[in-house]
Amino acid sequence: MHMMVCGGTACRASESDIIVEKMKKELEYRQLDKDVQVVITGCFGLCEKGPIVKMLPDNTIYTGVKPSDVTKIIDEHIIKGRKVESLLFADPTKAETDSQYIDSHKKQIRIALRNCGFINPEAIDDYIAANGYEALGKCLEEYTPEQTIDIIKKSGLRGRGGGGFPTGLKWGFAAKSKGDQKYVVCNADEGDPGAFMDRSILEGDPHSVLEAMAICGYTMGADQGLIYIRAEYPLAIERLQIAIKQAREYGLLGEDILGSGFNFDIQLRLGAGAFVCGEETALIHSMEGLRGEPTIKPPFPAESGYNDKPTNVNNVETFANIPAIINKGADWFASIGTEKSTGTKVFALAGKINNVGLIEVPMGTTLREVIFEIGGGIKDGKKFKAVQTGGPSGGCLTEKHLDTPIDFDNLIAAGSMMGSGGMIVMDEDDCMVSMAKFYLDFTVEESCGKCAPCRIGNKRLYETLDKITQGKGTEDDLDLLRNMSHVIKDTSLCGLGQTSPNPVLSTLDNFWDEYVAHVKDHKCEAGQCKSLLQYNIIADDCVGCTACARVCPVGCIAGEKKEVHIIDQSICIKCGACMDKCKFNAIELI
Amino acid sequence: MAKVKTLADLRKMKRELQTKIQVRENAENPESVVQVKVGMATSGIASGAKEVYSYFNEEMAKRNLNGITIQVGDMGYCYAEPTVEVLVPGKDSVVFGYVDVKKADEIIEKYIKEGELLDGIIPPNYQSINE
Repeated sequence: MHMMVCGGTACRASESDIIVEKMKKELEYRQLDKDVQVVITGCFGLCEKGPIVKMLPDNTIYTGVKPSDVTKIIDEHIIKGRKVESLLFADPTKAETDSQYIDSHKKQIRIALRNCGFINPEAIDDYIAANGYEALGKCLEEYTPEQTIDIIKKSGLRGRGGGGFPTGLKWGFAAKSKGDQKYVVCNADEGDPGAFMDRSILEGDPHSVLEAMAICGYTMGADQGLIYIRAEYPLAIERLQIAIKQAREYGLLGEDILGSGFNFDIQLRLGAGAFVCGEETALIHSMEGLRGEPTIKPPFPAESGYNDKPTNVNNVETFANIPAIINKGADWFASIGTEKSTGTKVFALAGKINNVGLIEVPMGTTLREVIFEIGGGIKDGKKFKAVQTGGPSGGCLTEKHLDTPIDFDNLIAAGSMMGSGGMIVMDEDDCMVSMAKFYLDFTVEESCGKCAPCRIGNKRLYETLDKITQGKGTEDDLDLLRNMSHVIKDTSLCGLGQTSPNPVLSTLDNFWDEYVAHVKDHKCEAGQCKSLLQYNIIADDCVGCTACARVCPVGCIAGEKKEVHIIDQSICIKCGACMDKCKFNAIELI
Repeated sequence: MAKVKTLADLRKMKRELQTKIQVRENAENPESVVQVKVGMATSGIASGAKEVYSYFNEEMAKRNLNGITIQVGDMGYCYAEPTVEVLVPGKDSVVFGYVDVKKADEIIEKYIKEGELLDGIIPPNYQSINE
């Protein structure tokens, strides 16, 4: 018999490690320790109901367990073989077992990531055993291109790269376009800092993307696929190359696929480190050998794209969903998620959260569930401050948004956006002004420079934010930030400029007080903007040894021997020499 | 390499491959093997998964265990890398986190050989539609 006790941070805070200790001691005392093994596990993701204890082999799950329950569990469950009803997870009157109950309440459903972590991505046999290429075969044998597009339309799938455009509609446009050569392009540039959803799909299940691209080619009459992948993903590139080679060997890419007469092959094109090349027109130009600069739409790529031919561009995660939709049906996919945002979304959870990693949740899951249950809560028991979604194009969501069901429209209404799925959690020690500055630093660097609003405007935004974090900002600067942001959003040529002010506007709206404190009081609550911190001599601890005054390079410390010293903040250059010198820990940074 | 010429061929191949997997996992079958799946995506490799993979590969053979080591993609538990999933025929699979060479040795000696669980098991918090 085994006992698994959750050692996740939330459960540990509720004494789960004491439960383990007590359990082991008592079992030893009663000479049961050879028959029952107690282990600590990672987080069960049921933090609300913790501490969690799972009994094997019967899979009983106990919730809200306290150290005082240890004896009861040993007496009832282990010795008498009876469940401790008061601690049970599932309702004992219902027929469901605990495992079934947990399964049906698992917050995550993996569709795009269905094979990641299960199959060897370098073995096409593994993919085939897991139903691989069945969807492509079905389309070629049983459905017309129009019928296939209808299935995708009916599923309600929307682009997972950030735009959220209905995929079936997009495929329909490309199918209607006339051209002697058409292309299917997969956008694997994934430029958002901290996002690694697409990378994980490409490293863990590359064939799913190849299969989907072939299906897309079938629907629109394209025989050539191109995957634009950033050069910073060497492992993903290697695995794609292996997958393409194997698919060709098996005749699943190339000529006359599965005897249908349909030809389709795929090439890789490597990016060269430009975030703007995640924008579809810039991406296409980059593939053409031109500088990665966006061009105005219309014409859309579906009409005139790569080499001016009809081109359909979709994101990696969008493609990864396609084979599952074909195999399990449009209705099945549409039954998951919300009405306007069907299916699931993969998120890369990062920042000040315990369970950093990849999750895939049905649309409609709330931010609270993602952060505090699946994510295991905030690291080190600190207080939640905000969560940034959508990367440099998104905004931040605060405590009041935590019960927002995640979907495309709700996040936009809340002042942010889904983006490609990066979710960065921030706590009380993060400065929101610094966060906005960080994103502007990124977008300034990545701007292609073609249009003035983005090229010049973002730079001015960055400079103003920098000024504020250095303690030199004024209240006028706050107005400047807001006005400039709106101008940049309204007049930029492409998505990069149109969304780069979002972090600024969102933090101004949600954290106005923090901005005001920075410019009026020259204070950074979070303690991150070093220029706004002050060195302060603690009167109670200062013995007047004069060591600090003697080492100060600007002579801003005054005080007689044996008397409390004081720093003149108007002269202080914040070098920290005084704090380093003080032997009495009488100088602090506030 | 067999070329897959029709959809019927593909389906036949799938069934044969699935049978092979079932044989692998069926405890009653004398050919059943222990499968050790090591997460080898970038987050895993950056945390030392390659070493763990090699260790399992070599040591299971050295210790005369009927087992295979498979590299897989990201299991999603990036905070606990390297992660390893062990499927002993007849038992539910178990995912171990924070696996280094020392832990790998314990997994072989204690879990695979004796059926003893270890600290640091990661409970699965998702369901895949392919399971």
